[in-house]
Amino acid sequence: MARTGTRAGGGRGARRSAAAPPATVSEGDVALTRLQRLELYYWMRLTRSLEERLVNLYRQTKVVGGLFRSLGQEADAVGSAYALQRGDVLSPLIRNLGSMLVKGATPVEILKQYMAKGDSPTRGRELNIHFGDTERGFIGQISPLGDMVPVMAGVTLTFKMRGEPRVGLVYVGDGATSTGAFHEGINFAAVQRCPLVVVVENNGYAYSTPTCKQTLAAQFVDKAIGYGIAAERADGNDVLATYGATKRAVDRARRGEGVTLVELITYRRKGHAEHDNQSYVPAGEIERWERENDPIMRYLERLRSEGVEDAALQAIDARVTSEIDEATDLAEQSGVPDALDALVGVYADPPAERPLWFREGKRDVVDVHERPEGWGTYDAPARGAD
Amino acid sequence: MAEITYLEAIREALFEEMERDANVFCLGEDIGAYGGAFKVTDGLMAKYGESRVIDTPISEIGIVGAAAGAAHMGMRPVVEMQFIDFVANAYDMLTNYVATARYRAFLPCPMVVRGPSGGYVRGGPFHSQNPEAGFIHTPGLKVVYPSTAEDAKGLMKAAIRDDDCVLFFEHKYLYRRIKGEMPAGDHVVPIGRARLAREGRDLSVITYAATVHKALEAAEQLEREDGLSVEVLDLRSLAPLDDAAIDATVRKTNRVLIVHEDTRTGGLAGEITARINERCFEWLDAPVLRVTAHDVPLPYAPSLEDLVLPQVPDIVFAARHLAAY
Repeated sequence: MARTGTRAGGGRGARRSAAAPPATVSEGDVALTRLQRLELYYWMRLTRSLEERLVNLYRQTKVVGGLFRSLGQEADAVGSAYALQRGDVLSPLIRNLGSMLVKGATPVEILKQYMAKGDSPTRGRELNIHFGDTERGFIGQISPLGDMVPVMAGVTLTFKMRGEPRVGLVYVGDGATSTGAFHEGINFAAVQRCPLVVVVENNGYAYSTPTCKQTLAAQFVDKAIGYGIAAERADGNDVLATYGATKRAVDRARRGEGVTLVELITYRRKGHAEHDNQSYVPAGEIERWERENDPIMRYLERLRSEGVEDAALQAIDARVTSEIDEATDLAEQSGVPDALDALVGVYADPPAERPLWFREGKRDVVDVHERPEGWGTYDAPARGAD
Repeated sequence: MAEITYLEAIREALFEEMERDANVFCLGEDIGAYGGAFKVTDGLMAKYGESRVIDTPISEIGIVGAAAGAAHMGMRPVVEMQFIDFVANAYDMLTNYVATARYRAFLPCPMVVRGPSGGYVRGGPFHSQNPEAGFIHTPGLKVVYPSTAEDAKGLMKAAIRDDDCVLFFEHKYLYRRIKGEMPAGDHVVPIGRARLAREGRDLSVITYAATVHKALEAAEQLEREDGLSVEVLDLRSLAPLDDAAIDATVRKTNRVLIVHEDTRTGGLAGEITARINERCFEWLDAPVLRVTAHDVPLPYAPSLEDLVLPQVPDIVFAARHLAAY
């Protein structure tokens, strides 16, 4: 516990440009079997390796849009989602690839999404990891931040109305806590005593804006007091502590005790997206977190200290590599969406829009579907090791 | 059968749909114990309890978002905006989240957002608006705006049963002024079909909501004083529009006046004009004209509001101009 407290953020200097070290962290009453502990490693490794594969595909221009990394945040994503059961529903954020994988999203779906394939989960309609499946228990986010809090309040209101023992979990970043939707959603859920866990992933930055310019609250759990709800705070780079804190919140919700705000302290080591060169980050900060507080390295140390042999870990690494290779092959074989599918499914009725008169009878009027170079933002090489 | 008011017709639809389908529930500000600012939901909580008639915090984003989440899970929520003016607070949730849900994520979003709308009631800038245009402009949303008690009930029932989000505008000027006899049985008015409110030969007024009644009054006067036969088409559904009914009346009378209470620029009349131009240009004997509100916020004082909003003499004036063109 103390170890993580001193490691987070390097602990030097008074500026609050990035997440401050957690004052108190909790390992939680974590009771996981060896198999489960190895599973946590698998999900974190899969998350990181899949994103590394996506970087390669991005550089080969096979990713159509931007690429969003969760490097350094794998523990908070995986550990929190792991606290849910089958039947529970979560709503991820852009850095919750790990949460979605835990909930059953597959690498090939992720790759097809990024590559805008016709048989991707959204048939090429949405970007990156913006997709969901209510059967498996995750609901796709939209880009306006905070909006998923009211939506998940409604999802969990339904669980309550129907007397189902199900729980919802919604992720927001430090930035989204400033939105009106966050406030209205969490307050509505609190008053209705919805079985909802609101996870604030405090990773130090909202795009380029440091947390100190987002709020004057000393810590995000302080906001829970104002809403009259429970709070948990944990080191988000410690997968077991994250799991423990989230599990307590999930159990509380399932017992009918309402909403918990869980603050997970972590750090965003990459830019908002791949194009972002992180010029706003103080020198040395990223490197310090990479060196001293990498969630996967920390967890590996921990597993080894508990006597997990290297062979078991290497077997997981090999499994991850082969799964991603196989998924990449599959995704690359998929075709692009049929252009006319763009007009299908805005409404249940009518099922499709008609092509406009100047497009009647034509399938395609563009010879080459150009892929823009980027977002038009400054595109210097990213800092730090890759 | 006894006549009931436009407001009572909406309430009757809510009762019937909550009775028919246990997934239907209502949420909004002051709708439960108090029965709503206009008493539309009066009696619902007494019958169906606090879990199906939910008094919410003042949170338009929150309640529209929560309705969407519940709709994803198979519920059919009916959200009340205490005044439709406040739907602007939920504009993001409706246009970015709800409207796109089916298309981008294959998530069903069967929900109704309803509320008292419109002017002629001295309500001032924030209790008189007609903000339908922004939602008509958003693919993924449906918009209805009835002018009669029968349609208020039938369209509410259709809206609740629709598999997508329907914005249901209720004209508060009509709440207690308009009465109608409800058809027997399960009275559902299909979304997307206009209603011929009055048949005529010489020119057509295409309109909806409170101005339907202004147009009917003007039509009476024009017949009496000018011998003009004026057709009045009540759109009822604004998204989707009943193009066939619009085309039919244009081809019949060849002269079209579009009347709405919403402001002029970017209002629905512009869209209808464009469609008529594209499809019925050769059928027109005169340019399509518009009578709308002026492009100003809606003021409070009677003399000010009456100037801004379209009135019966405005419609008579415009119709005479059109007939003489």
